Amino acid sequence: MIRVAVVGAAGYIGGELLRLLIGHPEVEVAHAVSSRFPGKRVDGVHPNLRSATDLLFSTADEVEECDVVFLATPHRAAMTQMERWTGQAKQVFDLTGDFRLDDPEVFRRYYGTEHAAPHLLGDFVPGIPELYRDRLRTADLVSVPGCMAVAGVLALHPLAVESLIEPRAQFDARTGSSGSGATAGEANLHAERSGAMRVFAPTGHRHEAEISRHLGISAAMTATGVEAVRGVQTVCHATLRPGVGKSEVRRAFREHYRDEPFVRVVAHQRGTFRYPEPKILLGSNFCDVGFAVDEEAGRLVTIAALDNLMKGGAGNAVQCLNIRMGWPENLGLSFPGLHPA
Amino acid sequence: MTTATTQACPECEDEVQLSPSVRLNEIVECAGCRSELEIVALSPAVLALAPEVEEDWGE
Repeated sequence: MIRVAVVGAAGYIGGELLRLLIGHPEVEVAHAVSSRFPGKRVDGVHPNLRSATDLLFSTADEVEECDVVFLATPHRAAMTQMERWTGQAKQVFDLTGDFRLDDPEVFRRYYGTEHAAPHLLGDFVPGIPELYRDRLRTADLVSVPGCMAVAGVLALHPLAVESLIEPRAQFDARTGSSGSGATAGEANLHAERSGAMRVFAPTGHRHEAEISRHLGISAAMTATGVEAVRGVQTVCHATLRPGVGKSEVRRAFREHYRDEPFVRVVAHQRGTFRYPEPKILLGSNFCDVGFAVDEEAGRLVTIAALDNLMKGGAGNAVQCLNIRMGWPENLGLSFPGLHPA
Repeated sequence: MTTATTQACPECEDEVQLSPSVRLNEIVECAGCRSELEIVALSPAVLALAPEVEEDWGE
């Protein structure tokens, strides 16, 4: 049994971490840190946890030494407090954007500020088990990637790593409102958001830089907010290298994801859910990926779907924890999703 | 056929298990891509995509 602290526990990602970690057989949640609700009951903010815990939110100063700290604070808070947390825990899993990029100049360009701890950027292992599993087994600092970045990376990784596509691709990402966080402003009022299909980042979204980094290609991403609370779907457009057809694409997906516990290749010929669709993944840690090929045009379309709070955040972090601790990778993550939802 | 066999799906190339009692024109489903496949020949079994009605979402 390990003792963990969740910092930023009142947010949506923090709440999802608490849900997973409270139910995890090898974990004791010792602290749920919130600067907004110290002393208040956790299940007052996260009502789905009623009867699951009597935990109260605490301040950061009240956190005692523990085995693992999860950081789900607003962006920029983690990089200014990292030394505090590395001094209190053996492993830190950072779910903020602060350590997702390894180049301080790229960070400045995408986040609009200088990095406060650039000397630590290279120390973080990216929390993408499908690409970095061996490094995660011994990692003490893990940076869990952005939700749309995970979907984009998993949608093209087998093809990029085998150089089956030209080294540039477009990513059309759709996201639910929970991706904006629990303190989102006026733009996320129900009256403003309901029914909207809002292109909020036609260019320059931060997750674009992560996709480029992990795929080793030039990524161009557009992000749109859609009528959903949870869920991310990323549709990727790429050009196949000459001579590459549907058969090679299928083989690459099969070979790379055959043994992955949380990636499923979905490109069905029949049924209502023929291609990846976030609706049936809510609450689960799966990322479904699918593809279609226009061989004549050399055009490849891939699709990835996930729950942004799960495989796009808290679930992925717990998967990384399981790998780091040598536990079964799906421990505490076996929920298969809902249908209908 | 007297023993279970496998054939490649003509759509996705996944292996499709065929029971020994499979009959001509029987429809089986591929687990990989969920295509409906028709047995169009026996000994050896030959699979072909079964015709289907496609969805139209506003085209």
